[in-house]
Amino acid sequence: MGVFASVGKDVCSFFKHLSAGRSGVRRITQFDPSSLCVQIAAEVPDYQPTEYFSPKRLDLLDRFTQFSLLGAREAMNSSGLEIPEQERARFGVVIGSGMGGAQGLDEGYLKLYQEQATRLHPFTIPRIMHNAPVSQVCMEYSAQGPSFATATACSSSGHAIGEAFHLVKFGLADTMLAGGTDAPITYGMMRSWESVRVLAAGNSEPSRACRPFSADREGMVIGEGAAIVVLEEMEHAQRRGAEIWAEISGFGMTADAGHITQPTIDGPARAIRAALEEARVNPEQVDYINAHGTGTRLNDALETAIIKEVFKEHARNIPISSTKSMHGHVMGATGAVELAATVLAIRHGVIPPTANYTTADPECDLDYVPNEARERSVRVAISNSFAFGGLNAVLLVRQIQ
Amino acid sequence: MNVEEKVIEIIAREQHLQPGVVKADSTFDELGIDSLDGVNILFALEEEFKIDIPDSVAQRMRSVHQVVDSLTRVLEGKDISDLVAVAKGGVQPASN
Repeated sequence: MGVFASVGKDVCSFFKHLSAGRSGVRRITQFDPSSLCVQIAAEVPDYQPTEYFSPKRLDLLDRFTQFSLLGAREAMNSSGLEIPEQERARFGVVIGSGMGGAQGLDEGYLKLYQEQATRLHPFTIPRIMHNAPVSQVCMEYSAQGPSFATATACSSSGHAIGEAFHLVKFGLADTMLAGGTDAPITYGMMRSWESVRVLAAGNSEPSRACRPFSADREGMVIGEGAAIVVLEEMEHAQRRGAEIWAEISGFGMTADAGHITQPTIDGPARAIRAALEEARVNPEQVDYINAHGTGTRLNDALETAIIKEVFKEHARNIPISSTKSMHGHVMGATGAVELAATVLAIRHGVIPPTANYTTADPECDLDYVPNEARERSVRVAISNSFAFGGLNAVLLVRQIQ
Repeated sequence: MNVEEKVIEIIAREQHLQPGVVKADSTFDELGIDSLDGVNILFALEEEFKIDIPDSVAQRMRSVHQVVDSLTRVLEGKDISDLVAVAKGGVQPASN
């Protein structure tokens, strides 16, 4: 597994900070945010691309592609995976992104509209296309099997990992790199999100801005980063003596077909049930939920209702946390970042908290693991992603016996 | 700095090559310049010299010498119809 995010630039520091309830949200540094209403985001701190890539390589890598490569590198290194030439066609890459090459697009349009340039840089398209991370990761690791990008907003990487899981499960690939990446902290993107009126302001105290499930929650905080996992057919992994961190055994995906921004109860509930059914798991067996938990008034109340609808009385016994309170809403990468948190919760027997929780909300009356990590063995967990546009992806992960 | 020196400087800069690697008689193949690198170099040349290089002329640029030759003629406002003809009909220009 590999994680490159605001709260940690590798898996180890990522989970250490999540477990300590430490937020990665701070004042934006990539540009001067003074004119924005919302001047905060979960930015990757002190990021110097030249530390990781040659100047020649960087010419073709937009920020979101850089992050995906860094996530993939850690995932590949820690997995010890080496793909022999004859197996490359059964090794693929699926990476989700909600916003694509936001940086390159922003810079290009600035030149075009403001500076009245008559032509744009010829690398604009190969940099900003949604599949740039997929193609660059394929090239770096000679992955020649089934590979594509997914774009379902906040569910992009839930779909990416779920689809990669199915490719392995149904025999179309032996090994996959899957996850998500996004770098949406640009002036244009921040303004666009501001206008939807779902962002938490919190400029004076950025680390406390995102307060999912708390009665005083004000909205979400935009984040950036990537998370990539290695998915491998079980016997293939066992044969090579790989250290197996967890098993993905269910994936549910549905469409609300309801409203373009407002989630329904039925759509996400059906996605959770589909994941349980595929894994042949009873609702009572689930002992951790990594919530979508954006921190908006609407999402958190509805997600609570969705969980009650599926899990009935057992809903009250399940620890639920929103790690977005710390790593922000990483858009198309968020499902992968949260799956990483879920897998690490299983691996370490530690449930990361919902940070910044202050006040109980009658509409959110379940156990949100407020502020303090909890030591508890996790055998079966789900990670929820409910996207703008009503496209839902739920992953079910279980402990290796 | 004359056109040749400027072209060499731009190619070296865009390809992130050490000074001295790009020579007046280097071909793009020798320098490892692929088709995408080629359009990047064209863009840099257009920006530097404030000109538009027509696609038909651009297709002919596969060596430093060809770039300098084409560019000089575009800059001097000379007739470049023979260059265009190369791309369209494959007629060898007299200068080659």
